[in-house]
Parts: sequence; structure tokens; C-alpha cells
Amino acid sequence: MQAADTSMPENILNRPDAQTDDRQRRSRRTSRSRKVRRETLLGWLFVLPALAVYGMFVLLPLAITVQYSLYRWDGFNTPVWVGMSNYVTVLTDPDLLNTIFNAFRLMIFFSLIPVTLGLVVASVIRRSATGSLGNVARTVLFLPQVIPLVAAGIVWSVVLSLSGIGNQLLTAIGLEGITRAWLGDFDTALGAVGLIGAWVLLGLCTLLLLTGMTKIDPALYESARIDGAGAVQEFLAITLPSLRQEIAVCVTVTVIAALRSFDIVYVTTGGGPGLTTMVPGLDIYVLAFQARAVGVASALAVVLIVLILVVILPIQWLSRGDGE
Amino acid sequence: MFLAFSQSRKVLGGLAVLALVASACSSSGATPTAAPATPTAAAATTAATAAPSVAVSPSAPAITCGTAPVVLNAYFETGFDIPFKLSDEFTKQYPNVTWKISQDQFTNLTNATPRLLASDNPPDLIRLPTMVSLVKDGLLKNLDTYVTAFGWDKWPAATLLQNRVSADGIRGSGSLYAAGLNYSMTGVFYNKKLAAQIGMTTPPATVADFEALLAKAKTAGLQPIMAWNASASGGGLAFPLQNLMAAYGPTQPINDWIFGVKGATIDTPTNLTAAQHLETWVKSGYFPKDVNAIEYTAANSRFGKGEGVFMFNGDWQNATYDKDQPAGVGFFAFPSATAGGKLAAMSSPLTYGISAKAKNADCAAFFLNWVATNTTARQINVAIGGSNPGGPSDLPIPAGAAGSVTIDTLASGAQVAKDSGGMDFIANATGSIFAQGWTPELQKMIGGKQTAEGLLKAVQAEYLKELSQ
Repeated sequence: MQAADTSMPENILNRPDAQTDDRQRRSRRTSRSRKVRRETLLGWLFVLPALAVYGMFVLLPLAITVQYSLYRWDGFNTPVWVGMSNYVTVLTDPDLLNTIFNAFRLMIFFSLIPVTLGLVVASVIRRSATGSLGNVARTVLFLPQVIPLVAAGIVWSVVLSLSGIGNQLLTAIGLEGITRAWLGDFDTALGAVGLIGAWVLLGLCTLLLLTGMTKIDPALYESARIDGAGAVQEFLAITLPSLRQEIAVCVTVTVIAALRSFDIVYVTTGGGPGLTTMVPGLDIYVLAFQARAVGVASALAVVLIVLILVVILPIQWLSRGDGE
Repeated sequence: MFLAFSQSRKVLGGLAVLALVASACSSSGATPTAAPATPTAAAATTAATAAPSVAVSPSAPAITCGTAPVVLNAYFETGFDIPFKLSDEFTKQYPNVTWKISQDQFTNLTNATPRLLASDNPPDLIRLPTMVSLVKDGLLKNLDTYVTAFGWDKWPAATLLQNRVSADGIRGSGSLYAAGLNYSMTGVFYNKKLAAQIGMTTPPATVADFEALLAKAKTAGLQPIMAWNASASGGGLAFPLQNLMAAYGPTQPINDWIFGVKGATIDTPTNLTAAQHLETWVKSGYFPKDVNAIEYTAANSRFGKGEGVFMFNGDWQNATYDKDQPAGVGFFAFPSATAGGKLAAMSSPLTYGISAKAKNADCAAFFLNWVATNTTARQINVAIGGSNPGGPSDLPIPAGAAGSVTIDTLASGAQVAKDSGGMDFIANATGSIFAQGWTPELQKMIGGKQTAEGLLKAVQAEYLKELSQ
């Protein structure tokens, strides 16, 4: 409609020339397509700065990483073409495979626990802590998101050390027998790192889910209550299905956090003891900057990207599928 | 090629022996090559302040900084005072020389070095993290002419060994490509009070004596050894392990392995004996039970607070130990397996090199020579770095402050030098042998998941893998 209106002046100009309707229409069409083209161009112009930055700092490095992964290179001497052999190394070296498995184990702590616990906490806050108590709870839970991960990691390594508060509490309640250096023990290090991750991500998930809950029509809960539904049934029948999108976002964000974890591990355990907490992010760093095996490091990075996509895309499809 | 933990750079970049047997003024400063004009002789015989003008000689084409204004373009490592203090003193003695100093963290420097050396404004003097690849690419100046000009070849050979690179890219022999500002020393620090408590009156003469002391400490309810072994700092148990290796076997094969000599292996019978001793120590509870979670700084602060009779570490920590427990810390070189046997220690130069394209290469080399030979410079080195200043063996080592542990480390360094017992550190063999080899395997040993034999086999396998990548 608008397009027709704006082309009016042309029609008026055209009329004295006694052109046929056909020609008129054609000219209108070409002018309109010219307009569209101009708008498209304008649109691209607006996007260009962002696109340039994205291309420069995301796409280009990505392409270069893929290129590096096909070479054997120490960072400054002439690279040697080795084809896919770096990928073979990544997918066959038991140490490197172990790092990938560790990342998946961390998903339990980084993703499963924060999302499930976040659902429970958010429901509780929504139902029973609406006033200032709810605000306090929200702030406290969200705080870990504000603290730099490195600082959090340092504090947690103190808490989890042999003489730390964690063990002091355990001793106080008579569990002295299980005290240990949690981050230095082969059996508990990965779990301890995971615990820190869960602590960091719980607040984010809770807040996201809580926000999602506010958009659910209260009438639904009311009618459910009239029908005699309890808290659990309410949760299962109303809250959970309504939050599908939010849960998908939480799972996506936390799964990515698990797979590409670096800072918490780097600060608290450095991948040890043994290689029990070594994760791909840290291994890429070690390979590239200590071992100077840039090729293998790049190959591991590409594998990591692919893995993240493989895990994330189904979650996206599932959440969108019958969302409408 | 470097040691990963925080204090890294000083920690044994390599070989080098704290040369300096503090002794014998043998045939005095009148070494054959050193004509009166050379700075070596000048600095050795005259007082520090007299040096400048003497150096300019009309006869021999002496290598000096001349008299015209020179700006030395230098790259130092952030956080370490020594080069800054030395450069200040140098300008005081040679006012025509001023400095344009850039500084950066060690790790950044590691990554930037090749580019800096190849740039249009190449450094005259730069702190070197690694050498072999730089030499292969022709980025570093070959210092052989200075070796003859300054008479460095008269210095204890082990001092320069670690900075030599052969034509086929193996360290430990060939032409010289860098020099050390000073030389670190490693061994066993001990808490004097606790050591007296377990009846230690003199440093142990043999490994067996040392092990007896460990057992006594354990029985007395003390922590026998304070150590760090968390990944963030790197496996500190590599220190006692290498000491044990050098006690039960010769040092040459260990250095060969570190330098990457073809066919070298760490999995030898004597090294197995060493690793078995370490395993016994672990099983006897001589290390803290949370050692896998203890980082370098934490270990030192716990030792400073009196936890631990012994601690394996290096003289870069002297100042802190003296501060934490004034006159309370002693030091001895790790004993040999048999009484009177040769002593050995990991020791490394604080390595500085000159760009192949440097504009003031001669002046930079003159500075390096001055650091090792000038009385004031040597005093600065000992007073601030606590390390041996190297240089000719007929120059006395300045004394450490009274009651300081530096006195002990310098004396032990002299003993080790006499026995030619200098070694590079086994953590420096390849770029990530420490992070991917020694540290995880030593942690497994602590956790009871690795044997002495398995440890050596696993590290050797990792070594071969890394060399092939």
C-alpha cells in the first residue's frame, strides 16, 4: 500500500504522456524494485560495520584455525602441510580423547544440576518468596555471575583446600574421615570443579526461568488449583511445558559453558591431578602455547566447535519444533 | 622449553654451572688474551669506578661501547629487578650509554621474541626464553667472536654450555648464542630449628643419611618435606626426582635427554633407582598429603611458617626465605649416593641474547662481559638476585649478607661447579613435557596410581610424541 502511495507523483507525471496502463504498471514495478534494491542496499550498509567486525574477529579467525589445523606448525617456522593427520591425532590419542570425555562429564554439573535445581528454586521463589525475600534470594543466587570467574576460582580453591572452610565444616559435623584436598584428589577433583561450575550457573538459570514464569497466565494456576492440583502437579502440567523455550536457552548456554570450560579449570586444578580435569579448552591452550603444536591445537579447536554444534542443534530443534 | 611455574624463568632454563670456584687467583688477571686494554682485565684489577676510560685503547680493536652516545635497545622481563639495576649501574660507569628498555611478562615475551628479533628495530639485548628455533631461523647473533675477544673461553666451560647450539639444532655444544646475567642454584633448603630438633648437625653426606633424617622427622611428627605438586605450578616433585637421578647416575645422559640428543632416553636403570626412592618417600608420607593441590606460592608460605623440615627449591627464593625466617633457613646441595661422591644440581643461566640484526651488538656484548666481570655488577647480582654472577673462576664471588641463606647457596654452588655437576631441568626437555608429562605422572604417583617404572616409561613416551608433533 505504502509503496503505491509513494509512487503517486510518478503516476501524475506519467499521465500527460498518455502511456498505456501496461507501461505504467511496468514502470511502477521497476521503480518499486529499484526502491527495494535501494532499501536492501541501505540495510546492508547499516549491517556492514557489525558484519565487518564479526567477519574480522570471528569468521576470519575461524577460517584461519581450520587452515592451521591442516599444517604442522610451531608458531613461527614454515608450516608443513599434513592434511588430516592432526585430526587423526585428536581422535585417536587417548589423552586428547580423555579431555573431550571430561567435558561431557562436566555437562552433568554445568548443565543438568543448574537447570533442574534452577527449576525447583525458581518455582519455590515464585510461589512462596514474592516479596523482598525473593529479591534477596535472586540477588544472592545471581551474584556468582557478577564475580569474575578467576576470582571465584581462587576463592573456591581456598575453600576446598585441605585446611579450608569446606573441610572445617565437615569436621565440625563429625565427617572428618572424608576430608581431603578436594581439588587434588583423583576421585573428587572433577566433581569439585563441577560444583564450582554449578554454583556459577545456578543463578543464571534460576533468573532466566523465573523471568519465564512471570509470563505464564496466573489464571492457569488458579484453574488448576480449583481442579485440586497440588504444587507438583501444577509444576508438571503448567510450569514445565510453558518454560520450554527458557529451558532450551538454559541448556544451550550451560552445555556450551561445560564444553568450552577453561577459566575455572585453569585457576583451580590446571587440569590435574593426572589429567583428571583436563578439558579441551585448556588442552588447546597447552598445545598451542606450551607444546607449540599449533596444528594439533587448531584441530582440537575445530573438533570442539563441531561437537558443540552437534550437541546444541538438536536442542534448538526440539525447543522450536512444536513451540507454536 | 621452559619451566612453567610462576617463577619459571629463573627456574632452570638450562644448564650452566655456577662456575665460580670462589678460589684461587691462579695466574691472576693477566690472562694471555686479555691485553691491558680489554675490559676484563681492567675491571678485575682496578676499582669499579676506574673502568670507563681504561677500556678505550688505541692498539687492539677492543670491543667497547666507545665514547659516542649509544642507546641500547633492550627487552627485559617484567617483575625482575636485576637487569634494571645492572643497566642503571652500567650507565653510571659508561655515561655515553643510555637505555631504551621495553618490558613484558615472560610468556608474552616468549611469543613475541621471534617477531621482535626479525623486526626493523631489533633489540640489542633481549631476555631469551628458548633458543634453538631462533638460532635455526638465523635470528640470534652468533657470539663466538666475543668468546675469543673477551676470553669467555677461559670461564668454566659449563657456564656457557647451555647457551651453545650445534649446527643440527641441539643445545649443549657448538656456537654460543646467549650469555647468562647470573646462574641459579637448586638443592635442599632446611628449617634450621626443626633440623636441629631431629638432630641434624651437618648436612647429610649421602642419600641414605638424608633418608634417615626424613624418617626421623616423620617419627617426630614433623612434616619431613614441604613441596608443591599442583598442575597450576607444575610438578615440584620433579626437583627431588632429578636430584635423585643425579645422585645415582651421571649427569651427562640427563642433559642429553633435555637437549634432545638423538636416541636419548630418561628410562634408564639408574633413573629407575631414583624414581623408586621417590616412590618410597611418597609411600612413607614424607610429602604433605594434599601435595597435589599445593601450588608453588602456597608451599613456600607454609614452609616460611615452619611447616616442613626440608624443601627442594632454588636460590631465586632466597630473599623470601630470609624474610620469612630471618637467619632461620639453611641450604645444602643434594648429597651423592656415596660419601664423598660428586655433587650435582639443576642450575640455569638468566639468559640474554643479541639480535642478529642488532645495531649495537658490540656494546651489548661488552655489557654482558661487564656484568660477569665488574666488581660492582657482581655485587648487585649477589645482593639482589642472590645468585652466582658467573664469569671467570679466578674472580671472587661477592659475599652474601650475614646470616642469609645466600651464603649457603653460593658455597654449595661452588662445590657443584667443582664437580661439574650442573644440569638443565628435566621439565625443560620439550615445550610441554612438564605440563603433559612430568606433572600428571608425578601426581599419579602421589595418588598411588603410578609406579616408578611406569612414570619413566610414560614420560619417555610423551617425550617422543612431543618431538614428533
